[in-house]
Amino acid sequence: MGRAAFDEMTGRPNGQAAEGVRSAYAALKEWLETCPPDFFDTRRSQAELFFRRIGITFAVYGDNQSTERLIPFDIIPRVLTKPEWELLERGLKQRVTALNAFLGDLYGAQECIKAGVVPADLVYRNPHYRLEMLGCPPPHGVYVHIAGIDVVRVDEDTFYVLEDNARTPSGVSYMLENREVMMRLFPELFAQHRVAPVENYPDALLKTLRSVAPLTATRDPTVVLLTPGRFNSAFYEHSFLADKLGVELVEASDLFAKDDVVFMRTTEGPKRVDVIYRRIDDDFIDPLVFRPDSVLGVPGLMAAYQAGNVTLANAVGTGICDDKAVYTYMPAIVRFFTGEEPILNNVPTWCCREKEALSYVLDRLPELVVKEVNGSGGYGMLVGPHATKRELDEFARKLKHDPDGFIAQPTLSLSTCPTFVASGVAPRHVDLRPFVLTGADEIRIVPGGLTRVALKEGSLVVNSSQGGGTKDTWVLDG
Amino acid sequence: MRVRIVHDTIYRYDRPVRALVQALRLTPRDHDGQHVLRWRIEPSADGRLTPREDSLGNIVHMFSADHALDEITMRVSGEVETADTSGILQGSVERVPDPFYLRETELTAADEAMRAFAVSASGDMSADPLGCLHRLLESIHRQTAFDTDTTHVATTAREAFAQRSGVCQDLTHVFIACARHLGIPARYVSGYFFRADGVVEQDAGHAWAEAKVPNLGWVGFDAANGISTGEAHVRVAIGLDYLGAAPIRGTRQGGGSENMDVKLRVERGRPPRQMQLQVQA
Repeated sequence: MGRAAFDEMTGRPNGQAAEGVRSAYAALKEWLETCPPDFFDTRRSQAELFFRRIGITFAVYGDNQSTERLIPFDIIPRVLTKPEWELLERGLKQRVTALNAFLGDLYGAQECIKAGVVPADLVYRNPHYRLEMLGCPPPHGVYVHIAGIDVVRVDEDTFYVLEDNARTPSGVSYMLENREVMMRLFPELFAQHRVAPVENYPDALLKTLRSVAPLTATRDPTVVLLTPGRFNSAFYEHSFLADKLGVELVEASDLFAKDDVVFMRTTEGPKRVDVIYRRIDDDFIDPLVFRPDSVLGVPGLMAAYQAGNVTLANAVGTGICDDKAVYTYMPAIVRFFTGEEPILNNVPTWCCREKEALSYVLDRLPELVVKEVNGSGGYGMLVGPHATKRELDEFARKLKHDPDGFIAQPTLSLSTCPTFVASGVAPRHVDLRPFVLTGADEIRIVPGGLTRVALKEGSLVVNSSQGGGTKDTWVLDG
Repeated sequence: MRVRIVHDTIYRYDRPVRALVQALRLTPRDHDGQHVLRWRIEPSADGRLTPREDSLGNIVHMFSADHALDEITMRVSGEVETADTSGILQGSVERVPDPFYLRETELTAADEAMRAFAVSASGDMSADPLGCLHRLLESIHRQTAFDTDTTHVATTAREAFAQRSGVCQDLTHVFIACARHLGIPARYVSGYFFRADGVVEQDAGHAWAEAKVPNLGWVGFDAANGISTGEAHVRVAIGLDYLGAAPIRGTRQGGGSENMDVKLRVERGRPPRQMQLQVQA
């Protein structure tokens, strides 16, 4: 496993004597040590009851036994100090600014290709690079309105960006619900800590969405949230957000396009729609342009979009930023478009499309994490140190067969946080997904995000589809 | 050669449709080997028809109707003057760089068997790419039976290759998949084909591939006929695959099940009338 992980409470590598505590966690540690065990047991079952009652579940694809599951929630919060957060915030703003500029360039002048910052074929051959966007800048030039940037920590000072989610990142409902549950269960903790609020996220999101309304819109633009429907794994989040935003939750059949304008069917007749926060992938949004078998999309939506009469958030064609091969070029992309050094680093990554990288990766497969370029959610991934001989052989075969389809990274020792497990409180690996909102006016980030925790001892896979849990994330205000 | 085309696509519905939207890639453009003399689209029903250009440079008409329809005929007709350019395409509208045409799609993805076939059928690409592509074309043409019953519009190149049969769409997909595997940008062309055997009434439009040959440019390869494109070919739309160049893509509300029928006439056009000069005495 390489070196031991940094523990965010003790500040020491795991395995060493766990005395000592980082100041941010001081009160929390004392609380953990002084409260009786049955107090925590009661609170944990109360938390679970709470989540069951509000019905916050998600579906796991390819799992017939239980289509709806509760994501395990851990009641010990993860704490970040103000300076730590300020660093992250600056880094995230820089990164998302670069992503938006990058997309504007890819669908515009393509200077970054001409300058050799990213290879042309990586862009043109990418299925997420949508030609339909060429020469069609979205309203106000914003492509990625809502980004979920996954960040991991490896020591006191070092945060890495693990991946950029620029399509339809999910999980923000957990950030909000986790906080609400924590405030109900542990008011005394919030009295002891000055925790920065996250409850204003829906306001920030609505402001962002309204700010990017097309110029044809009125002063009071109509915003809707477009969901694929209740069979989607994140449907709970869609209805939750629509409710918090105070906007209509619509499915494709509620919308129609006529003469390049999108309307919503209402009991009072058609109502013009200006901004669509869509939680549907590009492939499905318009059967006339993308997948013809899609029943989740609105025929004519792309034409209305290209005519500039409606805003889609996020824009079409942002998926190229999620591509893990494109990710490897992000440091250069940040430099090219911001003229600054990246504040947040990438995890060192081998792009298997490069010959030397491939042979290095094949030599060291048992030490590395290998990911599919177009995969997500922890599917199709190999964690070398935890893989069996057979899995390793199989991946070696896959890599040789399709090197372009994979990247590899060192097995990072992700930081750990104290977490309730069967045997008591133990360190478990965590990551963080902050949500970055880009409007026509400004970039907004609520302090915090979704902390995901790998509940299995030693596991580095935090994805909820792979048995991960979540925690409330606290940013301390001074 | 002057080619005259009358192409009807007739949709009949079980129950009336309430609304209909179609994207029509049915309008040819000029290039050095093709000049469009006249061309029109005539829907049999009222609706709004707006022309656009798509990202590849195709002319796309959006047709929308929002009144009840039991059936609709989309008629396109016109005359095109063609010339033989030995398959080489020049003066065409090009909107995107070549590497784009290396992108694999669901319909044109190659499997292991096709990749092996592509390499063995073509030979050494570095020496004579044009010759290689011709060998590839011949192999596909020779080994694939033309059969309208074994495939459908969503048949992939892999499926068609495995069963060694299909229609022009399938052979074209196989050619494109193989060419891209060899590193040659390739694309799908939908259009019309004038038959020299005197058959005027046809069941469907035609399709072929274009490949970007190093140091030469885009060249048309008609896998169904095993030939380079020439004056018998009228080029209408291009795409990464059939879906990108499909003559009609539509959606509708209501209508129950539908029945589509194509009536197509491709024949020699009238020679230009003798120019008559009247000299005023």
